[in-house]
Amino acid sequence: MLDLSVSLAGVTLKNPIVVASGTFGFGREYSQFYDLSELGGICAKGLTLHRREGNPAPRIAETPMGILNSVGLQNPGVDAFIAEELPFLRQFDTKVIANISGNTPEEYGVMCDKLADAGVDMIEVNISCPNVKAGGLAYGTRPELAAEVTETAKQHAKHVPVMVKLSPNVTDITEIARAVESAGADALSLINTLRGMRIDVNTRRPILKMNTGGLSGPAVLPVAVRMVWEAAQAVTLPILGMGGVSKGADAAQLMLAGASAVAVGTALFADPFAPLTVRDELAGLAQKQSLSAVRELTGGVQPW
Amino acid sequence: MKREHKCKIISKETLGDAIFMVLEVGDMVRTSFRAPGQFVHINCGHSRLLRRPISVCSCQEDQPEDTLSIAFEVRGEGTAWLARRPVGHSVDVLGLLGNGFDIRPEGRYLLVGGGIGVPPMRGCAQYTGGRSTAILGFRSKEKAALLKLFEGDCAKTLAATDDGSLGHHGFVDELVRQELAQDRAYDGVLACGPKPMLRSVAKAAAGFGVPCQVSMEERMGCGVGACLVCACDMADGARKHVCKDGPVFYAEEVDWDA
Repeated sequence: MLDLSVSLAGVTLKNPIVVASGTFGFGREYSQFYDLSELGGICAKGLTLHRREGNPAPRIAETPMGILNSVGLQNPGVDAFIAEELPFLRQFDTKVIANISGNTPEEYGVMCDKLADAGVDMIEVNISCPNVKAGGLAYGTRPELAAEVTETAKQHAKHVPVMVKLSPNVTDITEIARAVESAGADALSLINTLRGMRIDVNTRRPILKMNTGGLSGPAVLPVAVRMVWEAAQAVTLPILGMGGVSKGADAAQLMLAGASAVAVGTALFADPFAPLTVRDELAGLAQKQSLSAVRELTGGVQPW
Repeated sequence: MKREHKCKIISKETLGDAIFMVLEVGDMVRTSFRAPGQFVHINCGHSRLLRRPISVCSCQEDQPEDTLSIAFEVRGEGTAWLARRPVGHSVDVLGLLGNGFDIRPEGRYLLVGGGIGVPPMRGCAQYTGGRSTAILGFRSKEKAALLKLFEGDCAKTLAATDDGSLGHHGFVDELVRQELAQDRAYDGVLACGPKPMLRSVAKAAAGFGVPCQVSMEERMGCGVGACLVCACDMADGARKHVCKDGPVFYAEEVDWDA
């Protein structure tokens, strides 16, 4: 019998498949398709201290094997999440991972306080949103700022593990990974979206109202695999790998590169059942390779 | 529980610039019909990651399978792929999604459609048992083939064309004003079409104090309300989402200047 469970920063996930922040709302919509207890975990839609309406539409554009989005962290605010959404998510036997973005390190701290008291299983600290001006990406591209945010989050998250979500929009991912590890992070998640742009050649206007957005989908999978592999060699922290996963073999690649668990995101838009399909295909692949536990895949790549 | 449906294309024809398709949709109508004006989200080939949202033209519970018709224009690679599917092939459909028009079957409405916004009004015509009036706008007589979908389903059908080759020479909102000036006892004005048209129809309806609902369009992701990309600016400053909060909104909710 294959053991599907994995450990991520001391939190046991029943299977390695998590849904990625921003693609799954707060779970209500996809709970109409299947029991959310089937998932290893849920990274909830990114929260800010106060409600945000996000960016103007159009916020999405299709690209070759990818999509660009520029939602801009639309969310009801951390207090509304705790009051209205967290109780809903808590009905399910799955791990709830809150995702937070702040304008200042202090805002990250306040949100961590609130979420730790409310009782989430993990906090994913987003220092890599390409779609907001303040905070967001700026923290994720400068090691000293990434470390400062991580330190503050750790001070306020109490017993709740802190996972820092890294941006791929950097020259050297290992530099940020090391800074975040030194600052006390419990885990890393990567990759967030890659900055991109698409232009309508007839109107000469970008499709996205914000002109640029974040690229996700199968097009970014090889970038994600490479960055997880690089980060895994640079730090000892467990990694939640993500970026373009739509098949079991994609998830296996990220695990072999060094991820302990894998998030599925954009694939949901084509198929709401994608996380379950990825989980089942990954289990099938592990069985075919005669593994006794799927976690044996983690870090198993044999580089040339 | 909701699920994807493998839906067989049972007929396909070209009407003006639109492809008109009838699909067998399993129990989709029985399990998810709310009101006319909902949409389906169709997978348009494996290399395209986003489904295409297409308004339902009409749908009915049926045996052995419910049936549903859609009409769409080829606007890009996805709709081109869908238009090429032969009769007898199946497509992967999520639906019915969104909220339709807030209407009563015994009501009498003024239905306003422009271009590819014409077909979705057919469901409203059928739902209200032939009591409603349709005002339909087209570029020209040659593009007005969708008119035939309304034959027999409305008490009155008026056409407007940009070039005057059929019916009123001008825009549909001018016909809306003419009709409401003669008879404002409609339970509401229901409109689907390009945003500038919706805005002028909403303005016309407001002038006569008749409530107006509009079906909005936006580039969409998940189609179910999770990804939040299909934002629609509201008059109160909030951003709602076309797929989950709409696609139909009351005209006064919408920020027409956005």
